[in-house]
Amino acid sequence: MRAFWSMGGYARYVWPCFGFAGAVLVWNLWSARGYLAAARIRAVRAMAMDENV
Amino acid sequence: MWTWFYKLASPPYVFGVAAALTPWFFALAALAIGYGTVAGLVFAPPDYQQGDAFRIIYVHAPAAWLSLFAYTTMAVAGSIGLIWRIKMGHAVAAATAPIGASFTLLALVTGSLWGRPMWGTYWAWDPRLTSELILLFLYIGVMSLRPAFEDPARGDRAAALLSIVGVVNVPIIHYSVLWWNSLHQGATVAKIGKPAMPGSMLWPLLSMLLGFMLFYGAVLCIRVRGEVLNRERQATWVREAVKS
Amino acid sequence: MKVGVWEAFLLVLRRELALSFRRPDQLLQPLVFFLIVTTLFPLGLSVQLSLLRDMAPGVLWVAALLSSLLSLDALFKSDADDGTLEQLALSGQGLNVIVMAKTLAHWLVSGAALVLVSPVVGTALAIPEAAFGTMMLSLSLGTLTLSWLGAIGAGLTVGLKRGNVLLSLIVLPLAMPLLIFGAGATDRAISGTSAAGALYLLAALCVLTCTLAPFAATAALRITLE
Repeated sequence: MRAFWSMGGYARYVWPCFGFAGAVLVWNLWSARGYLAAARIRAVRAMAMDENV
Repeated sequence: MWTWFYKLASPPYVFGVAAALTPWFFALAALAIGYGTVAGLVFAPPDYQQGDAFRIIYVHAPAAWLSLFAYTTMAVAGSIGLIWRIKMGHAVAAATAPIGASFTLLALVTGSLWGRPMWGTYWAWDPRLTSELILLFLYIGVMSLRPAFEDPARGDRAAALLSIVGVVNVPIIHYSVLWWNSLHQGATVAKIGKPAMPGSMLWPLLSMLLGFMLFYGAVLCIRVRGEVLNRERQATWVREAVKS
Repeated sequence: MKVGVWEAFLLVLRRELALSFRRPDQLLQPLVFFLIVTTLFPLGLSVQLSLLRDMAPGVLWVAALLSSLLSLDALFKSDADDGTLEQLALSGQGLNVIVMAKTLAHWLVSGAALVLVSPVVGTALAIPEAAFGTMMLSLSLGTLTLSWLGAIGAGLTVGLKRGNVLLSLIVLPLAMPLLIFGAGATDRAISGTSAAGALYLLAALCVLTCTLAPFAATAALRITLE
């Protein structure tokens, strides 16, 4: 098990790589959903303004 | 026969199709990435020369491939918007830019971390690394140009033109290892005939590649829906769509 | 009166050159910048002749790049500001002819001027005289390519608020291959090996850019103007 974590001595290169990859994937998901949510809010607000006019 | 293509020019259609595709893309991406990561980290044998460090390939190669694929998609979508004036082209181009840039950064960082134990340096000014860095700058240029215009349609067209001009860099990156004496290794997978890698190493790599592509598709669908809403805010179909 | 394409080209070229020479201080500023920047590097890094010679190609090229960028902003700006650009676009002559004339004029007053001044800078950076020929040839090809890349960038950013910063952001990544081959050619000439390979690649880049860039620059202007 310890052999797995140490990655043949290269642990401090391999694990940060996979960690950063995971972070990039998570960021993409989180940022895209935030973008869609913000767009939705702006659309609702635009419709509300139209209705008031 | 081409009706599916014409339908993609319709914003409400794209909005709906993207919503339907997203969960499928995610599920398949999760499976492919899951298998690829586990098989790549646990079951693939260590490399004869590089030991366990070679496992970085399972995130580095898919990220690099995706950085090129996303840029090409951005340029193609932009040219569809520019030439045929199909607004959905610009929506896809705008949506794909940040995703592609993040994968370019991932490719550069993982490559750098892989280079340290293998070549002894975190960075080298060799053709492939340099042109990949230029790709990141090109992404940033396109993403900075689009919002600089007051008229968003004009910004879309300018960004599309710039991404087309920059697409010349993509074949340079790809063929750089072939054209120059490069520190970076040559093609491993895309060789006609027997690939240089044994199956136990190759399958997880292909799976990660597929998984990253599917993930890109999923995130692209979400972002495109956001782009469509931003561009079509005034349209009537949007009322029904956002109420749900 | 019907003006032919060649006459239109020459007319715009003559106009651009006349306008440039009317403001000699504007002409000299990029050149002075070029001289100042090349001075900064030896002052900041090292004054040892052997070390200077090593970094000379890079310094020369970065300075040439940056000073060309300075004058690129003005390529379309003054005409866009007073409406001349729109008049030219509506004139019935192809916009690409006008763009070609303007870009050539820009190169003549900035890039070509840099090439003429480069022996002075080369001496200051301890470049051996035998390498001057290659240096000037590579600079000519490089600055011409840069004028064209800059025309695309200028066409895209004319009229934008922080246009000159964006212009640099857009043009510099595209200019990086240029820098690599141009500095490489000069470097080889200094060390005495054949610079032919790098020069050929530089020439290829130049030809590619000169053929395709006019379309891109014209399209960029149309996007900005319409």
